[in-house]
Amino acid sequence: MIAARLLKNGIDRRIAATIALLVGAAVLVPVLHLAVPESSPFHIPAHAVVLFGKYLCYALLALALDLVWGYCGILSLGHGAFFALGGYAMGMYLMRQIGDRGVYANPVLPDFMVFLNWKELPWFWHGFDQFWFAAAAIVLVPGALAFGFGWLAFRSRVTGVYLSIITQALTYALLLAFFRNDMGFGGNNGLTDFKDILGFPVQAPATRAALFAATALALAAFIAVTAMVVGSKLGKLMVAVRDAESRTRFVGWRPEHIKLFAFTLSAVMAGIAGALYVPQVGIINPSEFAPANSIEVVIWVAIGGRGTILGPILGAMLVNWTKSWFTAALPDFWLFALGALFVAVTLFLPKGVIGMWDQWRAARRSRVDGVVPAIGTQPRQSLGTEAAE
Amino acid sequence: MTKQHTILYLDGVSVAFDGFKAISNLSLTLGRNEMRAIIGPNGAGKTTMMDIITGKTRPDIGDVYFDGVHDLTRLDEADIANLGVGRKFQKPTVFEMHTVEDNIALSLKSPRGVFAALFDLRSAEAQGRIDDILEMVRLSARRGEKAANLSHGQKQWLEIGMLLAQDPKLLLVDEPVAGMTDAETEETGRLLKKIAQTHSVIVVEHDMHFVRELDVKVTCLHEGSVLSEGSLDFVSSDERVIEVYLGR
Repeated sequence: MIAARLLKNGIDRRIAATIALLVGAAVLVPVLHLAVPESSPFHIPAHAVVLFGKYLCYALLALALDLVWGYCGILSLGHGAFFALGGYAMGMYLMRQIGDRGVYANPVLPDFMVFLNWKELPWFWHGFDQFWFAAAAIVLVPGALAFGFGWLAFRSRVTGVYLSIITQALTYALLLAFFRNDMGFGGNNGLTDFKDILGFPVQAPATRAALFAATALALAAFIAVTAMVVGSKLGKLMVAVRDAESRTRFVGWRPEHIKLFAFTLSAVMAGIAGALYVPQVGIINPSEFAPANSIEVVIWVAIGGRGTILGPILGAMLVNWTKSWFTAALPDFWLFALGALFVAVTLFLPKGVIGMWDQWRAARRSRVDGVVPAIGTQPRQSLGTEAAE
Repeated sequence: MTKQHTILYLDGVSVAFDGFKAISNLSLTLGRNEMRAIIGPNGAGKTTMMDIITGKTRPDIGDVYFDGVHDLTRLDEADIANLGVGRKFQKPTVFEMHTVEDNIALSLKSPRGVFAALFDLRSAEAQGRIDDILEMVRLSARRGEKAANLSHGQKQWLEIGMLLAQDPKLLLVDEPVAGMTDAETEETGRLLKKIAQTHSVIVVEHDMHFVRELDVKVTCLHEGSVLSEGSLDFVSSDERVIEVYLGR
């Protein structure tokens, strides 16, 4: 009952349409990939399924970042860490599924451990042969890290650029740690050569299609969850913390608790995105922790439009689609293009592509009605830093 | 006045920042449902005193008690706010991106937990309270508008409305009429007097006309302690006050 009313508060027509679109894609893409013959123009080839599956994972990661940055004013430059941790948890499950089909044919130890001359499985690899265990780790590991990190940081009232810098340090520290062979996560090669997921071969067309569908449904579900959260009183409080943290505190709320909720939920979403990503791309290695990855996510969100539900999704798809095109056509220029895009959006589209679209529609509507749009005070949206009172 | 009969009791409070004594041996009491005006030149410690009462700054020594029993030096901002101390900042601070009505709704006294907020559905009773407060601060007509679109004076009123929504016993109001037109100033005076009928209020103000209009006991601070206290006429004829304001 309560959930239904909360849903009604948060979900507008455009969000509902996006959810419907994703659910539709979850059904239609597998059908067009599997059932339609390759000669047909409606056939969706394997590389497209994988590519769009990847984009949807990125979109979920961008949505997660937008929840903390766009709505709560916490500019995390380390969200890639939660994505990678979810990915590693899934990777460990997939490694254990290889069994004795590895190069060294050890029924328990993954190849890299045999190569390093390890005799037995490290304690933290136990349980990952079970999917339910891995699924729990996908949620709990990023969630617990975010909770612990956020509890310390928000309680000490670390905000603004200082917080951004320590999130960046967090992901960099994990990058260095996961590079080390004796950490037990495959060193710089990471985890790869996966065979099965839940008993189905990872490379099979049907599995590929199912993974795509699962990703689309997960994204649809988290769009609904995010819309529900930001439409609730708690969501309004997140915005209040973003815009006037001390005011929120002096009317009796605890901004650190509100931030902690947003940060932890966001990390869980990022972890799930990473877990869906790994079986589709077939590898997870420490480069996923690279600080540049996390910064790229910020750019997707900024381009799409932060503080909106659909902005980050649009931004992630748009930028990555452009990236795919660029890296094929003009590989040397991609980073310049990305930088230019970011600068252009920051200067000319402070509310991103979604904001531009809304503005254009409002302008068109008012032209039709003959009403001049009020040129009012554009409220300041802080970049995660609060001006001192 | 004994501690038990006060809403606010400060005794021998001192605080120093890097050796600079912002508050030194300040003692001040406020009775229940009393309104007090605090005046004093810049740097007299008015804002620091507010910071101490609301838990933003911890005093080095001294006692600060609310309602006779609550030791405010041991509590943080959120605890103190929930005990019933509302604070209006010098620069009007409202939630600019939210509607006027939401600003009040977010401040309304309610369970302050994260999950209580997540599953909160506004009750008819809460809506009634919101309507009453909007009526009182004369913003009913603009309830659906973003707070960012309000005039400076209206933001001040909205912030006072947010304090009222907290259902406080004591309101600390920092320069409520700074930057207001004469008509708005007059309206604010009326509003504060009405609030003072059922709440204790401390008003920090520079505008002497406004202080005279409030017609309440005045405390003049200087260099972090009380210089003079009494009616406005008494305080403004005090030799030491004149010296401080006009310079030697």
